[in-house]
Amino acid sequence: MPGLGTSFGRGGATTYQQDLQNSDCIVIEGSNMAECHPVGFQWVMEAKARGATVIHVDPRYTRTSALADIHVPLRVGTDIAFLGGIINHVLQNEKYFREYVVNYTNAPNILREGFQDTEDLDGVFSGFDREGRTYSTGSWQYEGAQVQAASGKRDQQYEKLQEKHSRGESAGSGGPSGAEGRPQRDETLQHPRCVFQVLKKHYARYTPEMVEQICGIPQELFLKVCRALVDNSGRDRTSEFVYAVGWTQHTVGVQYIRAAAVLQLLLGNMGRPGGGIMALRGHASIQGSTDIPTLFNILPGYIPMPHAHADEDLDSFIEGERADKGFWTEMRAYTVSLLKAWYGAAATPENDFCFGHLPRLTGSHSTYETVHAQREGTCTGYFLLGENPAVGSANAAMQRLGMANLDWLVVRDFSLIESATWWKDGPEIESGELRTEDIGTEVFFLPAAAHTEKDGSFTNTQRMLQYHHQAVEPPGDARSELWFMFHLGRIVREKLAGSTDPRDRPILDLTWDYPTKGRIAEPEAEAVLAEINGYDGEGRPLASYEQLEEDGSTACGCWIYCGVYADGINQADRRKPAKEQDWVANQWGWAWPANRRVLYNRASADPDGKPWSERKALVWWDEDSATWTGHDIPDFDAHMSPWHRPPEDATGGEALSGVDPFIMQSDGKGWLFAVAGLADGPLPTHYEPQESPFDNLLYGQQRNPARQVLPPGDHNRYHPTGSAPGSDVFPFAVTTYRLTEHHTAGGMSRGLPYLAELQPEMFCEVSPELARLRGLEHLGWATVVTARAAIEARVLVTERMTPLTVQGRTLHQVGLPYHWGGNGLTTGDAANELSHQSLDPNVHIQEVKALTCDIRPGRRPRGPARGALVREYQERAGITEQTGTEI
Amino acid sequence: MGLKTFIESWPVYRQLTGDDPLGRGSAAYSATTRNLVPRTATADRVVKSVCPYCAVGCGQNVYVQDGRVTQIEGDPDSPVSRGRLCPKGAATKQLVTSSGREHRVLYRRPHGTDWEPLDLDTAMEMIAERVLRSRRQGWQDEDEGKKVNRTLGFASLGGATLDNEENYLIKKLFTSMGAVQIENQARI
Repeated sequence: MPGLGTSFGRGGATTYQQDLQNSDCIVIEGSNMAECHPVGFQWVMEAKARGATVIHVDPRYTRTSALADIHVPLRVGTDIAFLGGIINHVLQNEKYFREYVVNYTNAPNILREGFQDTEDLDGVFSGFDREGRTYSTGSWQYEGAQVQAASGKRDQQYEKLQEKHSRGESAGSGGPSGAEGRPQRDETLQHPRCVFQVLKKHYARYTPEMVEQICGIPQELFLKVCRALVDNSGRDRTSEFVYAVGWTQHTVGVQYIRAAAVLQLLLGNMGRPGGGIMALRGHASIQGSTDIPTLFNILPGYIPMPHAHADEDLDSFIEGERADKGFWTEMRAYTVSLLKAWYGAAATPENDFCFGHLPRLTGSHSTYETVHAQREGTCTGYFLLGENPAVGSANAAMQRLGMANLDWLVVRDFSLIESATWWKDGPEIESGELRTEDIGTEVFFLPAAAHTEKDGSFTNTQRMLQYHHQAVEPPGDARSELWFMFHLGRIVREKLAGSTDPRDRPILDLTWDYPTKGRIAEPEAEAVLAEINGYDGEGRPLASYEQLEEDGSTACGCWIYCGVYADGINQADRRKPAKEQDWVANQWGWAWPANRRVLYNRASADPDGKPWSERKALVWWDEDSATWTGHDIPDFDAHMSPWHRPPEDATGGEALSGVDPFIMQSDGKGWLFAVAGLADGPLPTHYEPQESPFDNLLYGQQRNPARQVLPPGDHNRYHPTGSAPGSDVFPFAVTTYRLTEHHTAGGMSRGLPYLAELQPEMFCEVSPELARLRGLEHLGWATVVTARAAIEARVLVTERMTPLTVQGRTLHQVGLPYHWGGNGLTTGDAANELSHQSLDPNVHIQEVKALTCDIRPGRRPRGPARGALVREYQERAGITEQTGTEI
Repeated sequence: MGLKTFIESWPVYRQLTGDDPLGRGSAAYSATTRNLVPRTATADRVVKSVCPYCAVGCGQNVYVQDGRVTQIEGDPDSPVSRGRLCPKGAATKQLVTSSGREHRVLYRRPHGTDWEPLDLDTAMEMIAERVLRSRRQGWQDEDEGKKVNRTLGFASLGGATLDNEENYLIKKLFTSMGAVQIENQARI
C-alpha cells in the first residue's frame, strides 16, 4: 500500500478492471493474471482484441504468457533492475511526457543540498544509521519545505512537524509560512538538485547491458518492451501496469511498485483511461481489510496508529502526522469522527475525544514479530480468523512452534485446517520434535459461517464495495465473525461492568449496541456499515467525507468509506445491470473515495482542463457550467478551475491549485521521488534478495540495507548469498505461486472434491535442463531443501521453466505452488516450510518470491532424518547464526 | 402408449426423421432427460452475492430451495465479471455445502490428545475469560518511560477473507482492549 500511497496519495489500485479494455499496452508483471484472476483477465483480452500489446514479464511461462504478445522471462528478484532500465531508457531518449511531468509530478521540485544518492554512497542513501539499520529521512526533503507523506511511515516526521507546526501556531499564522512550506521548483528541469536530474543520475547505469547481466533478459527483448511502452504512451495512447504479490513479496517489495509508479508518471499514464496501476489482490476483501485495517500500524482510512511519544495528546498527534496541503490536512476531522464512532458520548472535547484510549506502538508489531513473541512467552493467546499460518505464512515451522507455546488458541474457519490440528498431526509431531502430550496449548475450534450465510460487504481489488446477502442460516454452531466479535465484546463488557480500573475504560466506553436479529442474535451488518459510513449529530447518514467535522459533531468509522450509506441507502448493494450502463458502470456497487473509479482523473485532462486527446477523454473542465465533468466522477474539487492558484497562506484542500491532480499529496503532485513515508529510500534501487545466487552488479551494497531480518534462532537460518562461501550449496532460485484451482493456504479449496481432483498433488516445476542436471524424472519425486526445511513434491518437467544466462552463468529456477498442507482431500508438503523471515521494512511482508534452494531426486526423509538432512546442508554451507544477517 | 408414440420414442427414428442426424442431442433424449429441469429453475429464491475467493469480485447468484443452497452461478448483470466464474468460483456451492465443513465447536484441552465436544455458549464464556487473562498478563502502562497503554498478551490474525463490517468490529474491539498485534493477510 505505501508503494502506491506515497507515490500518488492513496493505497489502492488506481483504476478498475474493466478499464483495462481501454489500454493500448498492458504490462503484467509480478502476476499470473490469466490463472490467478481469470475472470478479470477477460478485460486484458478485450484490450488485445482492440489491438493492444500485451506483455508478460515473469520467470515462468504460464497461460498469461501464452495469451500475451511478448513473454519476458526474468530472474526472480530483479524487477527493479528491469523497470529501472526502462526508466533510464525513457529519460535518456527523452521519451517522457514533458507537459505531464512538469505539471503533475514533483520532477521540478528542488531537493536539499544534503541529499546523497546510492550513486554517491555505493548503494545506500544519505541518512542511514548502520547501528539501527534505519534511515532518518530528513535529507530526502525538498529545499525550503518539510512535507508529509500521504501513506507509509508518517511517524518518521513526528518530531520535525511538531516543531514546524507549533512554530506556525505560535506565530499566529495558523499554518506554515509560504516561504517555508512551499517547495522550490525549476520547470526547465535543469537544476542539478531538481528531482528530474536526481532521477536521471540515479538510473544512468541501468543500461540494457546491465539489465541483461542482472535479469538475464537479452537486450533486444528488453528494448522491444521499452519501445512498446514508449510507443503506447503519450497524448493519444496509454499503457497500464498490472501486478500482484509477485511484486510485493520481496525484501524490497514496496519499491517494486514505486518503480512502476515512477515509470507511469514519466510516461504520463496516471489518472487516464487505459492507464494507471492495477493492483490485483488475492482475497475477497483484502483491500477492505486494509482500508478498515486488521493491521497493527493503521486505523480505519489509513490514519496512522499513534506511536508512543512523550506527552502526546490529540493535538500533537495530529500536528505530527498530518500534511499542510491536500486532504490529509483534515486528519483531525477524520480522527475525531472515528473516535466519536467508537466511543460515542464518552468522547468529548474536554477528554481529547478519548484519544488516550488508543494503545501506542513502539515499533513493528507485525505477525512475524508476534510469532517470536509467542515463542518468548509474551504473547499467550491467539485468534486465527480465517487465516492458516501453519501453511500460508513464511517459515511454517516457526508458526507452529509459536502456537505450541501459547496458553490458548482460537481457530475460526470452515474446516479443520492445519493451524487447528498441528498439535496432533503437524510435521513436528511426525518428526518427533514435539509430543502432543507435552503441548500445553488449549485449542478452541469454532466453525465459521460462509458468505452465503451472512450479510456484509467485500471491497474488491478495484476499491469497490459490493454487498452480499444472507441466503440461508449457518449450520449448527457456525457463526459469522460479526456474531463472534459482537458477542465476545458483549460478554467481556458484562464481565468488566462496574470496573473502575482506567485500563477497562476504553472497553466500557465503546458504542456496542448493535441491533441483532433471528434465533442466533446475529448483529445487523447494515447497522455496522451505517456506522462505518458515519452520521451527524442528529444521527443522519453522511454523504461525503467533506462533511466531517473536527469538533465532535460528526461520527464516522472509516472516513474514506463515507458516502457508502448516503441517504440511508446501502450504496454497496446497487446492482444496476451492466448492460443498462456505460462502461464505467458507476451504479454498480460503490468505490471509495466518493464512488470515483479512476483515481487522480484530473490528470486525464491537460493543465487547461481539456482532454489530452479525444480518444483518451475521461474528465474535463466545462467552461459554461464552470465545473469538472466527464464519464467518471471527477477526483477533484468539482468547481476548482484549472487556472486557480491558491494564495500563499492557504492550507488543506484550499491550498491545492487547479493543476494538482494528486489531491491527497502534500504538494498535489505525483511523487517520482518519495520525500517521505518510506523506510528504505526515496527512489527504487536494485538490491539482491535476502538470498541470491549472484552479487549485486550495481552497488557494493548487496541487499536492501533497511530490510527487517528476524532472529535466525534454530529454525530461521539464512543462506550465504552471492559469491560468499557456501552459497553454491543452494545454487538454484526458487519462487512460489498460486494455481487457478486452489486458493491461498488451501482452507477454502483442498477440501472441495472438484478442486482437489483438478489439482490433486503438490508439485515442483523444473526445466528439462535442470531435470537432467539433477536426475529428476517427470512425475517422479523431488526433495527441495533450504536451511529451514526439506519438502517433497512431484516433478513437473516443463519447458515453461527457462534456464537464464546471468553474469555469464546458467541459472535454473524452480517453481512451487504454495497451497498444500497435511489436511483436506489433497495433501502435500507446504512450500512455506522452506521460506525465511526476512521482510520488507515498510509493510513487513515475507520474501517468498525469491529464495535459493537445492533440489534432489526422490522423496524426503521421514522422522528425525528430515531435520538431519537440513542440518547437513547447513553445515556444508557453513551456516551460523550470523549468516545472512549482515546489513 | 400407441404405436406411433412407441415408434417415435425410438432414438434411431428420431435421429433419422428429426433435426439431430448425428444422434448426439435431442434424438438421444430419454423421457427422463426430457423432463429434467435445472435446479436453478425450481429454486425458491435467488440471492445476490459476491464470490468469496480472490478479489476480482465476481457477482454470484445463489439459488436456494427449502432453506438449502442448491446452486451458485455467475451473475450476468455484473459489470466486472459479466456472468463468468473461474474454477474456484464455480465450485463455491461445494465450499458452502461441503461435508468437510465442521458444524460443531471442538475443544482440545491442554496436553490433550484429541478433540472434545464443547457447547458454543460455554466456549464463548471460556474464550472471554482467557482473553481477559492474557490481556492482563501482557499489559504495559509504559514502555521505556513512554505511555503505551496496551497489551502484548494476545494477538489476532486474519481478515482478508472477511466482510468489512467484521474487520471493523475486530479492529474496534481488540484495539479498545489495548491489543496492538492485530494483523491479516494484507501485508502489501
